Amino acid sequence: MEFKNLTLSKKTTFVIWVLIIAFIIAAPSILPVFRLNLLGRYLSLAIVALGVDLIWGFTGLLSLGQGIFFALGGYCAAMYLQITSSSEFPNNIPEFFGLYGVDNLPFFWEPFRSPIFSLFAIWVIPALVAGILGFLVFRNRIKGVYFSILTQAALLVFFNFFNGQQKLINGTNGLKTDVTQLFGQMVGSESIQRMFFWITALLVIAAWFFSKWVVKGRFGNILIGIRDDEPRVRFTGYNPVLFKTIIFSIAGGLAGISGALYTVQSGIVSPQFMTVPFSIEMVIWVAVGGRGTLLGAILGAVLINYAKSLVSEALPASWMFIQGGLFILVVTALPEGVLGWLQGEGPRNLLQKLGLKRKIETYPSLEIKNETEGLKNE
Amino acid sequence: MLLDSLFNGVAIGSVLLVAALGLAIVFGLMGVINLAHGELMMLGAYTTYVTQLIFKLPLLKPYYNAYVIVSIFFAFIVSGVVGILLEKTVIRKLYGSPLETLLATWGVSLILQQFVRSVPLAYGTGLVLSLIIGLFLPSVFSSKVKESINFKYVKFSSWIFAALAGVLSGNLISSSVSKLSRASARNVDVTAPAWMRGQVEILGTAFPKTRLMIIIITLISVIAITLFLNQSAWGMRIRAVTQNREMSDCLGISTEKVDVLTFGIGSGLAGVAGVAVSLLGSVGPNVGGNYIVGCFMVVVLGGVGNLLGTIFASFGIGIMTDLIGAGRLLSIWPDMPLPLSNTINFFATTSMARVMIFALIVIFLQFKPTGLFPQKGRMVES
Amino acid sequence: MGQLPNLNEFMRISRRILAGLATASLAVSVTSCGGGSDTSGSFDDTVTVGILHSLSGTMAISESTLVDTEKMAIAEINAAGGVTVGGKSYKIDYIVEDGASDWPTFAEKSKKLIDQDGVPVVFGGWTSASRKAMLPVYESKDAFLYYPIQYEAQECSNNIFYTGASPNQQSEPATDFMYKRSPAAGKPFFLVGSDYVFPRTSNTITKEQLKSLGGKVVGEDYLPLGNTEVAPIISKIKKALAPSGGGVIINTLNGDQNVAFFKQIQDAGITPSNGYYVMNYSIAEEEISTIGPEFLEGHYGAWNYMMSIDTPESKKFAADFKALYGSDRVVADPQESAYNMVYLWKQAVEDAGTFENSAVREALVGQTFDAPQGPVEVMPNHHLAQTVRIGLIKPEGGFEILEETDGVVFPQAWNQFEPSSKGYACDWTDPSKGERYKL
Repeated sequence: MEFKNLTLSKKTTFVIWVLIIAFIIAAPSILPVFRLNLLGRYLSLAIVALGVDLIWGFTGLLSLGQGIFFALGGYCAAMYLQITSSSEFPNNIPEFFGLYGVDNLPFFWEPFRSPIFSLFAIWVIPALVAGILGFLVFRNRIKGVYFSILTQAALLVFFNFFNGQQKLINGTNGLKTDVTQLFGQMVGSESIQRMFFWITALLVIAAWFFSKWVVKGRFGNILIGIRDDEPRVRFTGYNPVLFKTIIFSIAGGLAGISGALYTVQSGIVSPQFMTVPFSIEMVIWVAVGGRGTLLGAILGAVLINYAKSLVSEALPASWMFIQGGLFILVVTALPEGVLGWLQGEGPRNLLQKLGLKRKIETYPSLEIKNETEGLKNE
Repeated sequence: MLLDSLFNGVAIGSVLLVAALGLAIVFGLMGVINLAHGELMMLGAYTTYVTQLIFKLPLLKPYYNAYVIVSIFFAFIVSGVVGILLEKTVIRKLYGSPLETLLATWGVSLILQQFVRSVPLAYGTGLVLSLIIGLFLPSVFSSKVKESINFKYVKFSSWIFAALAGVLSGNLISSSVSKLSRASARNVDVTAPAWMRGQVEILGTAFPKTRLMIIIITLISVIAITLFLNQSAWGMRIRAVTQNREMSDCLGISTEKVDVLTFGIGSGLAGVAGVAVSLLGSVGPNVGGNYIVGCFMVVVLGGVGNLLGTIFASFGIGIMTDLIGAGRLLSIWPDMPLPLSNTINFFATTSMARVMIFALIVIFLQFKPTGLFPQKGRMVES
Repeated sequence: MGQLPNLNEFMRISRRILAGLATASLAVSVTSCGGGSDTSGSFDDTVTVGILHSLSGTMAISESTLVDTEKMAIAEINAAGGVTVGGKSYKIDYIVEDGASDWPTFAEKSKKLIDQDGVPVVFGGWTSASRKAMLPVYESKDAFLYYPIQYEAQECSNNIFYTGASPNQQSEPATDFMYKRSPAAGKPFFLVGSDYVFPRTSNTITKEQLKSLGGKVVGEDYLPLGNTEVAPIISKIKKALAPSGGGVIINTLNGDQNVAFFKQIQDAGITPSNGYYVMNYSIAEEEISTIGPEFLEGHYGAWNYMMSIDTPESKKFAADFKALYGSDRVVADPQESAYNMVYLWKQAVEDAGTFENSAVREALVGQTFDAPQGPVEVMPNHHLAQTVRIGLIKPEGGFEILEETDGVVFPQAWNQFEPSSKGYACDWTDPSKGERYKL
């Protein structure tokens, strides 16, 4: 229950949203093309972060394998773009197949000729994979750290698979989208990229509303219940497996959408999206922004990535130190994240320490004690 | 042929085992997964490298052949001390929240990786040396001194002494071994002494000596840790806390000390594993990361709280890796039906063998969700 | 790909600080401190180029050596008066970006260099995967990339100049040598590589070539990047090659995986004295000293440039590099190729009289340069005609050059052994031919 302070008051949320939307609308006219493209990509990462917040912030499932679903979404988008732009190549199949002497399109590529199928595949396939994987794991009551390392192992396995299958999906090279065609224009062209920027911005807002809707009401309460005391939820007559599978699959679907948007804006999808550090980074965006706040996930994803690209331009070597320090700092000193800190007692405590504000006596939180005991029992 | 295959499996498995051993012990006791475990292995591997170079100095040259043995002890101490520091500064703050520990240790692993890239190894050695002195010097004083109110000054001055010793030794090493005086992101290389290179013949099959050496290191580690856990007083306390933390606490066992000790030992074992992997490949900032996921698979498959599970899981995965990855089933049964042999060929590469093994583990977990040797007891969670 | 020397970040930073201090204290006539070069000559203007290699992550080890070499070439050009375009002399300035060993990052930083910094040319890349990730960026923006690494070809972009070897300048002569003239001539082949595009494509070509030579490939395996557990591969090699008493192993493993591989094959008895010979495509002088010549002695390598080439150009190149970065540093083929490409660009820009892309592209084809390896020439397919050498690794490190082609070998962008590309070629000087035309 240490997140109880995290629900932002409506007013603050409103102000932050006004700022975000104003910035998004102003961005295309104030930012240079390159920075705008970056912003678009980081906004698309905010969607996967929302998913992480749903499963981790609200349900207590720390997945270190969201990269799987992110990459799957990206692959779906890239496969559609590749196949619809392959008419000038031998055998009417994407160019790279020629490198490996493949003449016939692998069967699973066929459906991607249809734009409607592809639009659905982008989020349905990752959601399905997440659902199946989640069900197999949750069914056996594998949870906590066990779940985390299992997802990480799964990530590595998917990475190996995609990396090794040159003849099916071009292996390490990944699939490029920049020089493919969409609506008769090159995907890498400025006008299409600008369109993707707007789509991303709209989808981030839509995803936020959707996530908000998911965690509201009974469904959301059960998720929080699972996070705080799963056995008690079970004893009350709910089946946590079902709820966990559903939320994990929703997060997978969000990751897929995010991956697709990220792919078309960066011009390539490759197994690199499934490396271990990238998936852990997704968690840290949420941790820094503020777990269980949704808005924090969006802010965390965009701001940390922006910081990363600025710092790594100036001092490539120091980013690792900063990132490592950030992990430790957030986890030990700011467990509620920046947004949670702002919204909770943080600023007041700081002012107190500086001697600027009078102390206010409060009751110590009973819940925190309970939780540590509960976990020690595990 | 069969012997060859078995040996290969055991060889791969013993690397996994020595790497996963520390992780499993810590996980069993504290429910904490240390993502920096791989980097503690890396420190062990770098310790081997530094020891090797120091043994090339004229003074120690006659004993060069023994450097691998010596570096096992050094690596245990270096990684152990870094582990203790990690426990005291970060992990302790996070007890009761294993997921947060996971993230914090990932942060530590990033810092350690970048540390070996940007700090010259000579000064890194000096720093570790001052850590060792600073942490252990205060404990050599008699209990009378310890209880005195001025003990904090003793502590403080021993840290000063430690810092001085670290700087001095760092400079000394840096000036005497030029290879260590500059930081480098380049991988370095440990060369086994001549007596450990080449092959020995057992039962008509030739076995690489380094692999045998690793099997021996693993065997010794397992025996030592089993003896320690089962025969010593502290081992008993560790087992008690593993089984029931609250009850042990009530009975007067200092769980805090047990935690530090266990974490130190677990980290030390990572250092020993680092020596083992340095004999196989090159030593670089990423060396630990290459093994860590394999360790996870072992821990997941082996279950918690029982070393036997870890042992069986390691060798099981090792043998399966060899069996699938080298396509051995085909040579054992050459005329199997075509679809089957095609499937086996598809998975008979190192990459795809991993995919297959993971799938097998997930299937296995459907039947035995808590691993090979689950902990007995009545718990709401299981 | 290989693993080459690196000036560590620590030293680089401290050197930068020192250089900064020196500049500040001696600031009498020096006007610019950008670019790291301290020539005092006067220039009419500056031109900023992009350098894009990994400075962090696993590839930093190799790629930072290219940054060093490119900086050296730029400093040399600046010291000799810079680039003269349209009667004005330009000082070359550079922006170094970090690709972070991550292929999408290479694409991102390329966009930054082109859009944000407006550089006329980018020198960059190492792995084929990074090049493949960057290629669509340069094509969609009609910008220019100079790529210095020996690679698998089957690609011919109008926006990339390839100064490394194509397969017919490295792997084909090497395979031919191993099959016909090595001690293991006529024996079967086993192909080992890291699991990414260069090894896989290169091995596809080798298999086709051996088919036409009448040779036999008895197995191939790929190690996932980062994985150093080579035991299953070794048992496969033994199983496949032992019946014929040894054979040829074609090795395209990545840097640190080589260490594990060579340590363990020697322990397993896969050595030249037992009839096993390894031909390496990514082991150069630096890797030999890292892995240890005692593990590599008697195996082979194929390159365009080897440090042991005994010409004044080669010696000067090595000596200059050592003078700048330390006597323990070595130079190898990728660095030589990176060095050449900076000079070739400079010559082309001067000939074109402008930095404008299409003019430079036209002027570049046909440029010749007296490189450390000998004369090289830019061909209409944007690749470099260069000399091919086969070397035997000596017990004390380095190569003993066994064979050397008579003059330069014409590069093939489309492989002539691989059926899908056989009979095709690339020619960007003729608009009717372009990327891929039938011969």
